[in-house]
Amino acid sequence: MTIPTSSIEQVIPVQGSMAQPESGRPAKAKRQRFRFLSNRKATAGLIILAVYLLLAVIGPWIAPFDPGARGDDLMQPPSGEHWMGTTHLGQDVWSQLLVGTRSVIMVGFVAGIVATTLSVIIGVTSGYAGGRTDEALSVLTNVFLVIPALPLIIIVTSILENAGEWVVALVIGFTSWSWNARVLRAQTLSLRRRDYVEAARATGERSRRIILFELLPNLTAVIASGFVGTVIFAVLSEITLAFIGITSSNTWNWGTILFWAQGQQALARSAWWWFVPAGLAIAILGTALSLINFAIDEFVSPRLRSAGKTKIKTSSGRTVRMRIGFTPVLSNSPEPITRASPIPLIDPNGATPVVRKEATS
Amino acid sequence: MTEPVLEIRNLNVEYGLGDQAVRAVRDVNLTLHRGEVLGLAGESGSGKSTLAYGMTRLLAPPGVISGGQVIYHPEQGDPYDVLELSDAGLRRFRWAETAIVFQGAMNSLNPVHKISTQLTDVLEAHEPRMSESSRLARAREMLKLVGIAPDRMDAYPHQLSGGMRQRVMIGMALILQPQVVIMDEPTTALDVVMQRQILGQLIELRERLGFSVIFITHDLSLLVEFSNRIAIMYGGRIVEEAPAASIYRDALHPYSQGLLGSFPALRGPRRELSGIPGSPPDLKGMPAGCSFHPRCPKAFDPCGANIPVLGRPATPDGGARSVACWLHPTAEPVG
Repeated sequence: MTIPTSSIEQVIPVQGSMAQPESGRPAKAKRQRFRFLSNRKATAGLIILAVYLLLAVIGPWIAPFDPGARGDDLMQPPSGEHWMGTTHLGQDVWSQLLVGTRSVIMVGFVAGIVATTLSVIIGVTSGYAGGRTDEALSVLTNVFLVIPALPLIIIVTSILENAGEWVVALVIGFTSWSWNARVLRAQTLSLRRRDYVEAARATGERSRRIILFELLPNLTAVIASGFVGTVIFAVLSEITLAFIGITSSNTWNWGTILFWAQGQQALARSAWWWFVPAGLAIAILGTALSLINFAIDEFVSPRLRSAGKTKIKTSSGRTVRMRIGFTPVLSNSPEPITRASPIPLIDPNGATPVVRKEATS
Repeated sequence: MTEPVLEIRNLNVEYGLGDQAVRAVRDVNLTLHRGEVLGLAGESGSGKSTLAYGMTRLLAPPGVISGGQVIYHPEQGDPYDVLELSDAGLRRFRWAETAIVFQGAMNSLNPVHKISTQLTDVLEAHEPRMSESSRLARAREMLKLVGIAPDRMDAYPHQLSGGMRQRVMIGMALILQPQVVIMDEPTTALDVVMQRQILGQLIELRERLGFSVIFITHDLSLLVEFSNRIAIMYGGRIVEEAPAASIYRDALHPYSQGLLGSFPALRGPRRELSGIPGSPPDLKGMPAGCSFHPRCPKAFDPCGANIPVLGRPATPDGGARSVACWLHPTAEPVG
């Protein structure tokens, strides 16, 4: 048996000749420049966060009243003039909230950035370097791990005169990196043993390149979740500090509002408008950051990416979630879906299809 | 021919939903008879693994079965459609009736458990009333069957070689004495000597235990030697199905001829080795007509226009084989 050999170029079809689809070619997936934004969680989280950032910038300017100024309307529920009511001194709660946003966001993000940077540098270095460096850095991490952040902040802020937001942010940042550093160290330890990292090392790539191009992309999800976690922690810490009256009460943040609300027994006097807005603001900020965190997880890990629709209606009429091991059956009719051409095919000019003579041995 | 044990009727498998769907298996009809080894060959992306996982409903999302039937004939009782089984029914059906040895299965052994634990685990799940000692006895027997000394029962996977691990997996697949064993390139990661040894053992076991095998591989030379019948897949369809000897001696479909022409024979006259030019078709935009025609050296007029059906060719042994090619038009379509 011989098979006519033909050169490869001869037979590779031009794309045009092949482009006659059997049934309509499926619509090409839309190319998206901002793929991250196509994730609904990311969109929601980023929009909420953008609103907070905007308020942090323009809040003090658009606030209708001076947050500290006393007024004549004491303990008024929300009204047209005071959107979120007033305090026992007649201060406008809405203005307090607006003015307080800047400090909260600032402390949250500064602390988050400081802590994340430290944890990446220390965690990845210690995981990748190994040996003495690893031990030294691990000891450092473990020491910081057991330092209770909040009492330390209380002490530092009470020692420093006029401890402002920056001091609070930096103290939170410098004390809260250790947990993430440990997680990153563990993850780096596991990653650096993977084949592709070994291969990169074997081909002579520098450590810096291995860390930046091979390891860090794999750590993105961990780093992002660490960042988001630290921001939430920092926000809560600052609010806690203000709430228990540690930080100076002449700067406004959401904690200060809660501090006064608590001090004046807003709950007992059923002045819900005093503390609910600040509490909601904290909760929604946390939600937005978590949504962004989920979205980053899905974005960097293709496996988590939800592939569009996952619920599907099967032939038995049930709606099931697609999962491995129980492939849904859309239809079990024994009829063929694409019908092959009828046979035999008679040429219009009367010739029956000819079996071409082939050389058989 | 003997009675069928598994009948696939017009099975269609798609990846994705709606207009994004890519059909990876198209209207496949295939019958597995009791006690036979059916080889499934084709190049990468021809749909052979998708067919095997589709008929056992093991496809990972977004795979869906968009049509067809898979009729299983149990040893006793009425035949039933696997695609209609409930989740619980499917769980009972698996392993006890059909077992699968996956590609690179030797890596499926859990490194922290002993071989014996992993072998008896499935017995515990499927036959809870069996006693501990008889479970161990069965596991020991299985190891002996696949040619591993029973004193390896307490070994951990890392203490075994790749071939031994693969044999443990085969033994594990056979431990419930299934009627059908699907093997998806079970020996691809092993050297040829080990391949031969394992396959020889498999054939021997089949003769003793009487199960049927669907053997998926791209190594046609292996199939020619070990299987009773061979089905060749291309672009999600079965293009030729025939007894192994017939395929080897005179394959009818140009694609099968191309596959056979790509490995050398040990004996006989020297001949030029020829591969198949071009690359596998894009499942998203299949060429019209026969999906092989853009690469086919023998393509002629009807190939680009009409899809050939699988049918009995007009050759002397035409009753036992089928081919989907316009070179061998047929009046009697199969399935």
